[in-house]
Amino acid sequence: MKLVIIAGPPSAGKTSLAKQIVKRFKDELTIAFLKIDVVKAFEDLELKKEFGILTKKFYSGDLCPDHAGVMVLGDAVEWGQKNAAELLIVESAGLCLRCSPYLNQGLGIIVLSSISGIHAPEKMGAMVSLADIAVITKIDLVSQAEREVLIQKIKEVHTRIILMETNALQGNSLNRLYDLIIKSRDIDRDKLMLKGNPPLGTCTICVGKKEVGWKHHFGVVQKLDGQIAEYLYRGE
Amino acid sequence: MIFDITILPGFDKNGCKEQYTYIKLKAGDTVSIVGPTGSGKTALISDIELLAQGDTSTKRRIFVNGEVPSDEIRFNPAMKPIVMITQNTKCFADLTTEEFLQIHARARKIYDKQVIQKTIDLANNFTGEKIKKDTRVTVLSGGQTRSLLIADAIMVGASPIILLDEIENAGIFKQEVVNLIHKAGKMVVFVTHDPVIALLTKTRIIMENGAVKKVLYQNEPEIRAAQSLLELDKKIGTIREELRAGKSITFDLPAVNYA
Repeated sequence: MKLVIIAGPPSAGKTSLAKQIVKRFKDELTIAFLKIDVVKAFEDLELKKEFGILTKKFYSGDLCPDHAGVMVLGDAVEWGQKNAAELLIVESAGLCLRCSPYLNQGLGIIVLSSISGIHAPEKMGAMVSLADIAVITKIDLVSQAEREVLIQKIKEVHTRIILMETNALQGNSLNRLYDLIIKSRDIDRDKLMLKGNPPLGTCTICVGKKEVGWKHHFGVVQKLDGQIAEYLYRGE
Repeated sequence: MIFDITILPGFDKNGCKEQYTYIKLKAGDTVSIVGPTGSGKTALISDIELLAQGDTSTKRRIFVNGEVPSDEIRFNPAMKPIVMITQNTKCFADLTTEEFLQIHARARKIYDKQVIQKTIDLANNFTGEKIKKDTRVTVLSGGQTRSLLIADAIMVGASPIILLDEIENAGIFKQEVVNLIHKAGKMVVFVTHDPVIALLTKTRIIMENGAVKKVLYQNEPEIRAAQSLLELDKKIGTIREELRAGKSITFDLPAVNYA
């Protein structure tokens, strides 16, 4: 089974890209699709209805969606393999930019919109820098010069990333991506590892406690003017 | 070096194959693409810009010098032989005009430092209100943005093929742009609703329902018609500038009678 993990900020075009990939491979490969989100997601229903493929969604709820992704990805791979899927597509929620959902196997794709701003690729940290492929969407909304400025900026920050541009609604110029997917190796379930380091830990805020102030919380948290070395906080 | 590009047929909006074997455009050619809105004009130049290989919505394929272009030519801006002026009148990059042009020059591997100021000066020939190098591109007006992008295409893009999508809508000095591009000896493709531009080009591609309907070549009466329309267009241009400058028209304009 091949694995494609799609990440990127909300409204960048992740689902549109997933749909193009499904459209391209649905007659060749058995595809399974997993959407990870926080409170609401419709992508699984959309893709099931449009292409009749195997889909599933997972709500992370109070847990950070990328953290949740790490926990359930093992189950997802098992689910895909049990259903004889040949390609598993995982779409992340794409919210916090601290970590990245990409693994040491399969393909990690960051989806960035042409209009997301020139500094976005730098600000997004690991979600961009650890991706194998960057797909720039909505190129019909900006001038050719601006597209080239954005590409140049990404190339200068992330020299090894494979860049491609598309209008994901129409699926223009994605042959290169399809080629990389078809040539990607099957994953080995027992050797899956996160590419990047997750944040240092989770705390009581991460798991949903709403109370404000130090006395309600413990875990790896940092005081506003606290020293970096003291971030291991034991609670009051 | 680019000598010609070949457009191979795709499909119209109903999925029917286009009715031509191929369209070949050569260096120095001037081409206009005309047709009603929604007929597929922008899609056609986008295919050329992307050097489509059956992977766009039209399924057209574009050859360069009779061959499938390499990935390097398709995807590396520094190797790309095509610049396109789209209808966009907005830049989203939070950069000054100078920074924007500097990054674009790096993308296109242009190392002449003077090119930045030259580009801004050229843009200022096309537009009424001047652009300064420290103006952020996000606050430029629609006309200023397009003027800058046209100047950028000529100076920084510096490619043998220029594609222009409805440049007449920009409120900029169209004549200046057309003259400059004509002089450069490049292959120029205009998507246009402007009869002056359409008549000035040697080749006219007519679009309908997403497909090329026919290809026409400029005839003798059209060359003369273009000249007289050009005169008329200049007069209109002069009056436009008078009005923009807050002047009143104090003389009778000659009556136009084409009957």
